[in-house]
Amino acid sequence: MNEKIRRAIGDHGRLGVDVATLADDADLYQAGMTSHASVNVMLALEDAFDIEFPDRMLTRTVFESVASIRAALTELQPSLAA
Amino acid sequence: MTVLVEREQELLAAVRTIGREVAAVHADAVDRESRFPAETIAALREQRLLSCATPVELGGDGVSFETLAQCCLELGRHCAASAMVFAMHQIQLLSILRHYQPGSWFEQYLREQAEEQRLIASVTSEVGTGGDMGRSIAAVVDVDADTVRFEKQAPTVSYGRYADDLLTTLRRSETAEPGDQVMALTSQQQTELEQTGTWDVLGMRGTCSPGCIVRATFPRSQVMATTSFSRVASESMVPISHILWSHLWLGIAEDAFGRARAFVRASAKRSPGQPIPAALRLSHVMSELSMLRAEVESARASFVSASAQPGREELSTMAAALRFNNLKIAASEHAADICRGALDVCGIVGFKNDTPFSVGRHLRDSMSAALMIANDRIHNTNAGLLLIAKEI
Repeated sequence: MNEKIRRAIGDHGRLGVDVATLADDADLYQAGMTSHASVNVMLALEDAFDIEFPDRMLTRTVFESVASIRAALTELQPSLAA
Repeated sequence: MTVLVEREQELLAAVRTIGREVAAVHADAVDRESRFPAETIAALREQRLLSCATPVELGGDGVSFETLAQCCLELGRHCAASAMVFAMHQIQLLSILRHYQPGSWFEQYLREQAEEQRLIASVTSEVGTGGDMGRSIAAVVDVDADTVRFEKQAPTVSYGRYADDLLTTLRRSETAEPGDQVMALTSQQQTELEQTGTWDVLGMRGTCSPGCIVRATFPRSQVMATTSFSRVASESMVPISHILWSHLWLGIAEDAFGRARAFVRASAKRSPGQPIPAALRLSHVMSELSMLRAEVESARASFVSASAQPGREELSTMAAALRFNNLKIAASEHAADICRGALDVCGIVGFKNDTPFSVGRHLRDSMSAALMIANDRIHNTNAGLLLIAKEI
């Protein structure tokens, strides 16, 4: 699951650094992800996991790290955690 | 509670009086000479209105956001530049109030601000960022362990020369990404403003907003490092700006409408019983005015209810960003349309600058609304958000 999340970030997050060098809890916005890029990350995640983020999850906090994204995806689809 | 409500009514009455007796009296001179509305700001200071929304325990009057917004509207009726200076000051102050860490330097600053009625200006835009407030080039630079400095090229700094303090957005450090921003508050004594441009503009001439290179050296404690600016922006600075600006634009539109109505009434009195073509136009302008009012009031109500929730989570959602972005676009366009409509009603006496029905200043001031954070830029942001947001 982390791999798929990291791929979406790597492909669309336009970070200033390689996503592989970031810890799961590293702040993606501090790593250079703009709000515009974060929208594309969200779209890629919806596609990769075949889910839809409800509006309440479309906040900066939810998408600020690999770990927070994983938590949101697990909440949406508990089977993903397995 | 009752005492507080009475105090709110008292302050609102004071703002109305200042609007009528001070702002209105000097509005034409402020506009013509493109000068700072010093008389209005002095009167607001005297009534301690520069800290009216600060909680009582920090030395303010703790008025509600609704009352504060109403103050912007009241001033907007009489002098748009005065209203804009007041609104911008309150936007900076609320951005600090809603995000400071208790016990930090900012808490002491808030007390001093109320005590001395200090006026705060902002340095948020920057040359080279394409108008995107969410990115900075200038950074907090270490001087020594306790001291930092910055140099920022700002395309506009509203009333910078007249403010006691400046709130500046910066990259967190020299190595930080453009979007990793913090706010710093510096006093006029710590800050040097090198004016790089002029301010001879179509409207909002009294805001005195030329370009500047801003340089400051100051203690590190004056950087709000614990809260990222992106959070301050989405939860406070952006929605509050759009709401307070919209209120003052509504004030401009209401006064333009009031002048058009006075013109129609005067025409009706001159020729009783005769059809008045301008009355029909006035009715159309009124429809637009009520739509503007509804938009402004409902956005204010949703901001107040979202702010009351723990953690203010709702304000960080895309739906909220879209909501307040749409308010800004709609209010800025409607206000200018209403002023234009008032001119159509009044005709040549509205076009002339020296009649009781003059609406030229209203029209020119309202035209700044679409440019303050350009509407096209906001549409662009919305277009991106719409790709993912569901409820709008």
